[in-house]
Amino acid sequence: MAEKLKLVDRVQAINWNRVEDEKDVEVWDRLVGNFWLPEKVPVSNDIQSWATLSDVEKQMTTRVFTGLTLLDTIQGTVGAVSLIPDALTPHEEAVYTNIAFMESVHAKSYSSIFSTLISTREIDEAFRWSEENPNLQRKAEIVLDYYRGDEPLKRKVASTMLESFLFYSGFYAPMYWSSRAKLTNTADLIRLIIRDEAVHGYYIGYKFQKGLEKLTEPERQDLKDYTFELLFELYDNEVEYTQDLYDPLGLTEDVKAFLRYNANKALMNLGYEALFPKDETNVNPAILSALSPNADENHDFFSGSGSSYVIGKAVNTEDEDWDF
Amino acid sequence: MSSLVYFSSVSENTRRFVDKLDIDATRIPLRPTEPFLHVRDPYVLVVPTYGGGNEGGAVPRQVVKFLNDATNRSLIRGVIAAGNTNFGAHYCMAGDIIAAKCQVPYLYAFELMGTTEDVRRVREGWGRFWQRHSPTPA
Repeated sequence: MAEKLKLVDRVQAINWNRVEDEKDVEVWDRLVGNFWLPEKVPVSNDIQSWATLSDVEKQMTTRVFTGLTLLDTIQGTVGAVSLIPDALTPHEEAVYTNIAFMESVHAKSYSSIFSTLISTREIDEAFRWSEENPNLQRKAEIVLDYYRGDEPLKRKVASTMLESFLFYSGFYAPMYWSSRAKLTNTADLIRLIIRDEAVHGYYIGYKFQKGLEKLTEPERQDLKDYTFELLFELYDNEVEYTQDLYDPLGLTEDVKAFLRYNANKALMNLGYEALFPKDETNVNPAILSALSPNADENHDFFSGSGSSYVIGKAVNTEDEDWDF
Repeated sequence: MSSLVYFSSVSENTRRFVDKLDIDATRIPLRPTEPFLHVRDPYVLVVPTYGGGNEGGAVPRQVVKFLNDATNRSLIRGVIAAGNTNFGAHYCMAGDIIAAKCQVPYLYAFELMGTTEDVRRVREGWGRFWQRHSPTPA
C-alpha cells in the first residue's frame, strides 16, 4: 500500500548539552545501559530441555515466538518510527530511534532461538501459522491502523498497549517453562526483552501524558474513553488468541490473569488507574516469581510482628554517591 | 509528628500513589536549584526504583543526596519502594538498598502508581506501624 511518508517537518542539530526534558536523557542512558544482543545468551544449552517437550508443547511455544516476532517487527519497523514526527524534543526523536533498533534486535532474537531449537520446516510451518491466525493478524491490524492514523496521542496509546500489554500472552510461555526449570536460557533471553519493553512502555506512556497536558479537559476525556475502548477491544482479541495458543495445554485461565495484570500496568503507564480488580489479576505465583524472583517477598505491614520485617539483604551497591 | 517523605520524578507515578494515600507528605525536590529538604520528624520514605540492568542508579540521586544528610538519615523509620516486576531481580531494588544502608524495615513494595489494593494495605498498615515505632504517634 502506497502511503505518503510523514517525516519531521524540521530537523535541528541535536544538542545533548541543552536538554528540555530530563526524562529523555534518563531513558536514553537506561536503554543504552541495558543494551544486549541475543548472541550473548547461550540458548543452545536448551537443546536437551527442548527435546523433553511434547509435540503440543513445542507447537505452542513455537507459535508464541512467531507471534512475538510479528509484534516486535511491527514496533521496530512502524510503531516506534511513527512516533518520531510528533516528538516534543529532538532528544525524544533520538530515543525512538533507539527503541526502534532494539525492537529489531528482539525480532531477530526469536530467529536465533528458532535456528537453535527447531528445523527449517518447523520454522516455516510456525511462520505460516502466524500469517493465518486471524486473532494474531487482527491484533496487528488494530495497532497498525492507529500507527497509520493522523492522531499522535492515539498512536502513543496504541504503542504503549503494544509494549505493555499485547506482548504478554506470548511472554507467559517462556515464564511458564522457566518456572518448571525448562528452556531456562531462552527464558533469560526473553527476560531481557521484557525489561526493555518496560522502559519503552513507561517512556511512551510518559510522553502521552506530556501531550495530554496541552489539551482541554473534554479532549482529555475523549482520549481516556478511547484508551479504555481500545483496551477492551484488544483484550477481547487477546482472550481469543490466548485460547488458540493455550487451550490444548489447559493454561488459558492462568494466562488470562497474566493478561489482566499487564493490562493494568499498561493503563498505569498511560497515567490511568488500573482497571481489573485484584481478584482478576492474581497471577500464578510461579509465573510471577519466574518474572521477578523477589516479587512475592512479603514486604508488607502485615507480615506479623514488628520483628519479622525484612531489613534488607546484603546488597552490593557501593555507589560513590553515598556518603555513609 | 510522624510523616511521609517521598520522591517522584516528572513521570509523577510515585506522587500519584502518595496522593491516593491521603497522608501528610513532603516531596524531595526534583532539581538541585530547589531548596534542600531538611526533615525534623521521623518519617517513612516512599521511593521509586530506577529500573535497569545494573544496580548503580537504582536509587534516584536526589534521594541519595537527601539521605546523605545525617539528620535526615537518622529520622528514617522505614521504606516503601515502587518498581516494575519486568526488571526481574531488580524489582523495587531501591527498597532493598535503602533498608540495608539505613537499617530500617522494608515495609511495602508496589508497581508503578500502585493499585487500589496497594493503597488500602498501606493505609491500613500505616497507623499500626507508627504505634509500634513511635512513642508519641501523630
